[in-house]
Amino acid sequence: MPISDFQVVIGLEVHAQLLTASKIFCGCSTAFGGAPNAHTCPVCLGLPGALPALNRSVVEMAVRTGLALGCEIRPKSVFARKNYFYPDLPKGYQISQYELPICEGGEVTFTLDGRDHTARLVRIHMEEDAGKNVHDVSADGSSGVDLNRAGVPLVEIVSRPDLRSAEEAVEYLKALRAILMALGVNDGNMQEGSLRCDANVSVMRKGASELGTRCEIKNMNSFRFLKQAIEFEARRQVELIEAGEPVVQETRLFDPDRGETRSMRSKEEAHDYRYFPEPDLPPVIVEAALVERLRAALPELPRAKAERYQRSLGLSAQDAGNLVADAAVSAWFDAALAAYGAGPEAAKKVANWVIGELARLANETGEAPATWKLTPARLAAVLRLIDAGTIGGPGAKQVVEEVFRTGAEPDAVVKAKGLAQVSDEGAIEAAVDKVLAANPGEVEKYRGGRKNLVGFFVGQVMKEMRGKGNPAVVNALLRRKLGD
Amino acid sequence: MALSLEEVRRIAELARLRLSEEEERTFAGQLSAILDHVRQLEELDVTAVEPMTHALAAGELPALREDAVRASLPPEEATAAAPAREGTAFKVPRIIE
Repeated sequence: MPISDFQVVIGLEVHAQLLTASKIFCGCSTAFGGAPNAHTCPVCLGLPGALPALNRSVVEMAVRTGLALGCEIRPKSVFARKNYFYPDLPKGYQISQYELPICEGGEVTFTLDGRDHTARLVRIHMEEDAGKNVHDVSADGSSGVDLNRAGVPLVEIVSRPDLRSAEEAVEYLKALRAILMALGVNDGNMQEGSLRCDANVSVMRKGASELGTRCEIKNMNSFRFLKQAIEFEARRQVELIEAGEPVVQETRLFDPDRGETRSMRSKEEAHDYRYFPEPDLPPVIVEAALVERLRAALPELPRAKAERYQRSLGLSAQDAGNLVADAAVSAWFDAALAAYGAGPEAAKKVANWVIGELARLANETGEAPATWKLTPARLAAVLRLIDAGTIGGPGAKQVVEEVFRTGAEPDAVVKAKGLAQVSDEGAIEAAVDKVLAANPGEVEKYRGGRKNLVGFFVGQVMKEMRGKGNPAVVNALLRRKLGD
Repeated sequence: MALSLEEVRRIAELARLRLSEEEERTFAGQLSAILDHVRQLEELDVTAVEPMTHALAAGELPALREDAVRASLPPEEATAAAPAREGTAFKVPRIIE
């Protein structure tokens, strides 16, 4: 039976670090990096007698996340201890939520191949992150433990097994990431681990009504790895079933170097977390007035924004989707459009630069839009230089790159680098005459009907003018001289 | 209700305790006695009572901490009591994942 006779079923558990200044239960900084254990105190070190104090912003960010995803907000939720031993867990338990999470229900809508899909959520709960194990810290092969991340606040967003392909899982995660970033509760950085995802994967024969045995896959820190891991895991399970062997429920680790999942021996013993209510923390009370205040202050969410871009700016669904994937980018786009003009034509021009050249440059430098030296006003200035015919396409690209790297003013860059386009007919005519005189054979052929040779002539003239000829003027003069 | 030796071993394993056979038998008896003692509560009908995990007065709002960074311990001090250190990291036996 081929794999196409099977249906893969996926549920995702997404861990998102909340963008608070201090940790969830103490005043230590959540900043990434720093010397090992430089952001620790008796609370996050798990020293005896230290008591946790819940961070107000964590509650508010969790509620805002729940509201954006259509969850029910529980007026009274409870923290619980999840007990297990691991070197990065100083207390021997993680403070999490179990039976009474802060949010329940809700859904994430995403688009795949032009169709809308919805995956339902089970719950969202608050919890503390664990520390970080550093391997091979010394010659004897010991590991090191850094507790700077221990106690950094997380929300865990658990979906139902509603996803039916690796592609759906990826689009679900992209949509969720865009929402979290638009809310300003998470920075979306999967590489640094501030957005992490585990996948519960099972397969069943098409038409079957009962789900197969699932495996939980960990350690996928990019969209590409998520897709690879799910595809590998689905194939592995189908092969087992085909061979008449059982799928064993277990935790598996994705190995990006090999592109495969493997059993995690360290998690082999059956989970028995012995959850019980955290005695050191009172219940979390979320009053209706707070919920309404936070609901009223929700920002425009990515799908609404994408629809608005299509409806009122005439952008394509793809362009709109690209822009709203990162709230910081769409805010930059809004500012650039406001600085440059209005209407579909202006929007399309600005969008093209943002999605194309600027995305490329930003990807190289890793800078966030708010810190780009190419400010929205400077992109608007570049676009006006193009509109005025001062610079052409290739020149504009050079200007943008230079401004992006140095923060110089666009007109100064045009002058300094001599990028101004030549529109003067006299200068262009001289170059055209020179090219025609140097290529009598091609001129003959052109006049004989090989009209597509015009591209060759334009190229030669541009070369002669070192790329600075105004293409419209060059074209017009060429055609006139060639007798069109 | 008697706790089986099997259950005692499982609990010991979860708590990372190594027990001798004699200790297993001793604790099986003691733990069973504790469970029986607490189980007396089951005689009460509490179906209409909401579980109380914390002593919070009706209408009382638990205090929350404002999101402000406070000074952490110097990392040398944070790790001062550790049996072994590497720089300011806690040094532990090799972790295999």
